[in-house]
Amino acid sequence: MNRAVAPPPPTVTPSHAVTPAEVTYRAQVEDLNFYYGSFQALKNVNLAIADRQVTALIGPSGCGKSTLLRCFNRMHDLYPGNRYEGKIQLHPEDMNIVGSNVDPMQVRLRIGMVFQKPNPFPKSIFDNVASGLLIRGIRDRAVVAERVELALRQAALWEEVMDRLSQSAYGLSGGQQQRLCIARALAPNPEMILFDEPTSALDPIATARIEELIDELRNDYTIVIVTHNMQQAARISNFTAFMHMGHMIEYGATSEFFTNPQHEKTHEYITGRFG
Amino acid sequence: MATDSTLTMSTPLTAVRLVPTDAFLRRRHLLDRTMRVVLFLAAAVSVLVTAGIIYVLVSESVKFFAQVSIWDFLTDTQWTPVFQDKHFGIMTLLSGTLMSTLIALAIAVPAGTILAIYLSEFARPRVREVIKPFLELIAGVPTVAFGYFALLFLTPIFQKFIPGLATFNLLVPGIVIGIMILPYIVSVSEDAMRAVPDSLREGAFALGFTRLQTGLRVVVPGAFSGITAAFLLGMSRAVGETMVVAVAAGQQAKIAGNPLEGAATITSYIVQLSMGDLPHDSIAYLTIFAAGLTLFLLTFAFNLLAFWLRRRYREAY
Repeated sequence: MNRAVAPPPPTVTPSHAVTPAEVTYRAQVEDLNFYYGSFQALKNVNLAIADRQVTALIGPSGCGKSTLLRCFNRMHDLYPGNRYEGKIQLHPEDMNIVGSNVDPMQVRLRIGMVFQKPNPFPKSIFDNVASGLLIRGIRDRAVVAERVELALRQAALWEEVMDRLSQSAYGLSGGQQQRLCIARALAPNPEMILFDEPTSALDPIATARIEELIDELRNDYTIVIVTHNMQQAARISNFTAFMHMGHMIEYGATSEFFTNPQHEKTHEYITGRFG
Repeated sequence: MATDSTLTMSTPLTAVRLVPTDAFLRRRHLLDRTMRVVLFLAAAVSVLVTAGIIYVLVSESVKFFAQVSIWDFLTDTQWTPVFQDKHFGIMTLLSGTLMSTLIALAIAVPAGTILAIYLSEFARPRVREVIKPFLELIAGVPTVAFGYFALLFLTPIFQKFIPGLATFNLLVPGIVIGIMILPYIVSVSEDAMRAVPDSLREGAFALGFTRLQTGLRVVVPGAFSGITAAFLLGMSRAVGETMVVAVAAGQQAKIAGNPLEGAATITSYIVQLSMGDLPHDSIAYLTIFAAGLTLFLLTFAFNLLAFWLRRRYREAY
């Protein structure tokens, strides 16, 4: 491959460059293999997830980035025939998230998730946000109401819905529904939030609001986000990991990643030559 | 050939422009129009049959109500159309119908909902494949067999435990009707639950919901309109059920207050009367239509309610 004819890398300036020295890690993926039946979707993946930073997973369709994300909260356990090998260590107590002795429900109580398409429950706006609290046994109505408000405020949705909390969540726009889903994930105060292409079903304005929101959430939460959009990864992430055909090709600080990729494949991908 | 140009093997894709001939287009158009008429007629038949039934019910009932006032019909507490001293209090038959229906629903609604949640959310595909045919088998049993099952098998067993249970009673037929409508309730409400998109289930599991919590807090509310429709469909079937009550609930027309005793229902009364030969235009003959019209209005009201609830609570995920 002749690198001389490659177009210049996109001129995106990462806004949140962090030097590795400041970073502590919240989770560590170690030699992770994952199988859908007999198909191996993840091949010996290694990755460290920085605490209270945004880590973006990028790569072409089918590269395994969503598969990797869904290992973090054991979503694969919902469907038969899936199998994990290796470890995802959750610090500080070094619990192996994908260990066969670990209850997936326990993992999901600690790690929240926001999906590609907004998926509010067929309930009121209030009940959507309260649902994660109720199943954790929090029954005190005043406490629930307060936390629902805090979560909606943190998701930058409170002003828009405060007058219609008892109305159906399906009356909201797509972008509002997605922020509602974020509030729903925030209410139980998870240790980590997984975002699976959270803006791919949204228009540019709604996308910008979600990106702003993720930018603020980084102060309190460890965030892992899968995105199709390299500009988005460059805008909102501190660390970027590039995957290809189930392999982790390269990961590092986002600033370094886009300006000085170490790997040939990474360079080709971020310059738009495949993917 | 549909086009002026000929297409042979190995013709390059872009070599021949496929312009349809007029005759080809006319044929297509004619077929389209013919099918439209045929399909319309098929749809019209069902409407005409319904209209015909309503016409007969209403026109015969008009003759009935020319002789009996609606007030007496609704308030009289006796039903004796073939006696010397004639009374036409529909509340007697209606109460029997409602009593057996309520007992049936008390069995079928909880059992049906639980079974539907189990099949939709918990059962492995293989278990579901075994259970569903068995349920459909229940739906295929002739209702007269259920009637004798109630009268000759269940009632004697129940009589050992419930003193005062008459040979002809409403309790056992009610329970048996509940078993009969179970497959309908399970199948319609399970379909509704399975139509709830998996993205909602994933959202619930990702929040840490258990399987049961996902079923009860997300899937059931999401399928609410379908589940309600299932209940009302079962209710319509229970109201209209004839043979079980005709065989096992007795023929005595009276206000049904005690499920341990027998009572006639609207349907069992119609069967009973249809078996004798009554002169047409006799008042007893006309009661069949007045009772039938009452039954029709009852199920019609349930169907309207179901329709309204579906619209009101339909979720567009």
